[in-house]
Amino acid sequence: MHSPKLLLEGVTYRYRAGRQSVEALAGIDLTVNAGEFVTIIGPSGCGKSTLFNIIAGVEEPTGGTIMLDGEVNGERTGKTGYMPQQPLLLPWRTVEENVMLGLDIRRVPRRLAREQAHELLKRFGLSEFADHYPASLSGGMSQRVALLRTVLFHPSFLLLDEPFGALDALTRLSLQMWLQELWQSLQSSILFITHDVREAILLSDRIYIFSARPARVLRVVRVELPRPRRPEQLATPAAASLEQELISLLLKEQRA
Amino acid sequence: MNGGASDTLRKLASYGPAIILATLLLVLWESYVRLAQVSPFILPAPTAMLQALVANWGLLYEHTLQTLVETLIGLAISVVLGLLIAVLLDLSPWVRRALYPLLLTSQTIPMVALAPLLLVWFGYGLLPKVLLVILYCFFPIAVACADGLLSVEPELIKVLRSMRASRWQILWLVRLPGALPAFFSGLRIAVTYSVTGAIVGEYVGAEKGLGLYMETSANSFAMANVLAAVLITVVLTILLFGLVALCERLALPWYFTQARMRR
Repeated sequence: MHSPKLLLEGVTYRYRAGRQSVEALAGIDLTVNAGEFVTIIGPSGCGKSTLFNIIAGVEEPTGGTIMLDGEVNGERTGKTGYMPQQPLLLPWRTVEENVMLGLDIRRVPRRLAREQAHELLKRFGLSEFADHYPASLSGGMSQRVALLRTVLFHPSFLLLDEPFGALDALTRLSLQMWLQELWQSLQSSILFITHDVREAILLSDRIYIFSARPARVLRVVRVELPRPRRPEQLATPAAASLEQELISLLLKEQRA
Repeated sequence: MNGGASDTLRKLASYGPAIILATLLLVLWESYVRLAQVSPFILPAPTAMLQALVANWGLLYEHTLQTLVETLIGLAISVVLGLLIAVLLDLSPWVRRALYPLLLTSQTIPMVALAPLLLVWFGYGLLPKVLLVILYCFFPIAVACADGLLSVEPELIKVLRSMRASRWQILWLVRLPGALPAFFSGLRIAVTYSVTGAIVGEYVGAEKGLGLYMETSANSFAMANVLAAVLITVVLTILLFGLVALCERLALPWYFTQARMRR
């Protein structure tokens, strides 16, 4: 067995709000193996996004150890592809230029960066939009572009924070299938946040259920549906009973 | 493109009401002066103004050129200075707190009082006029730009930091381009003051320029000549304003696409 892509042990996070010290994360243990699709699901405001900021290196935890790419508590910025819920494309850059943003930051020569962005857009069916400005894209299309920007910066480990949360059901489904294809063809490891139990079951190898704030891991379940997954599989008895189980677990937390 | 052409036409048509109103006011002015037989020493008719413009064109042209040069130099320096100040204000809350009150104070000085002082300090040449233009123009540019730099989404900054972007990369790749629309808003306000700034400087003492021409004409009660110079000032300012709008269109094609999409 290879060492995992990401290993969290007892990660805690407290912050000060006025005079009070608020506990956001109460000791998170979590593993993402290489090539694995892991989802975190939990009540809103439970601290999932804080955890992502910590993993991406934008914030430091109060305690615990983080092993990323085998390095313990080292520098983490630049080693993940972090994508928040909003696409946050730069309106003055075309689709292609947006996708190459990460390479600009790495100071990859322009021509080379453009070539790579072009290649990626072609590979995932967006080359016809390469010269469009983001203003002319639909919500789903913007999210695809934002995902490719993330992928081009760091394809091997993606942190996706509710990337499809703001989309309508049909667009969401088509993006879920697109993401699955992307994940399999790039052999990335993905850590994914969602509120949507069906989305979690459809996409994940394993699901972490978080408690309400301060967040801890309530349960970890493995999704044993064959790959590649199809939306129809959500109707199978195994998937349906898992869905019910997760929903009742989350409902209890929501009330708490 | 078809859309572009019809856009231009619609744009021109949208000036229609303004042109009609202005023409109406000019006609009213002209008929009042003629019917009431107002003395040309008090209020010349618009036609008299145009006659003065044509008759003195050779001389006016020289003065206009001088004013234009002062204005453009002042504006250019204001743009650089405004951008620099915006970036400085952005460096840290400390710099902002120290610098902002001073900048604001600079705008409370009555320029008519300052102009003679500048004349005493720097003489009759170009410098005091350029300084006045700068004093009028840098502030709107600096303030608009500083606001523009702050307008970036905090989530986007997080994404960039997760990519290990340096502070300067974030400024250069995201915040400055994002502040450009605000910069142009500031610049548009600045150009409307710019010509006036140069003229105030010339009015108190100069060897050449529209301000000097206005002053000497007013002293000899050649009101039509004063108004001719005013007309040139107006046209010059509108042309500069149009030039800025054109630059904005060329520099920010994305901004106008966005605006069109939202309509």
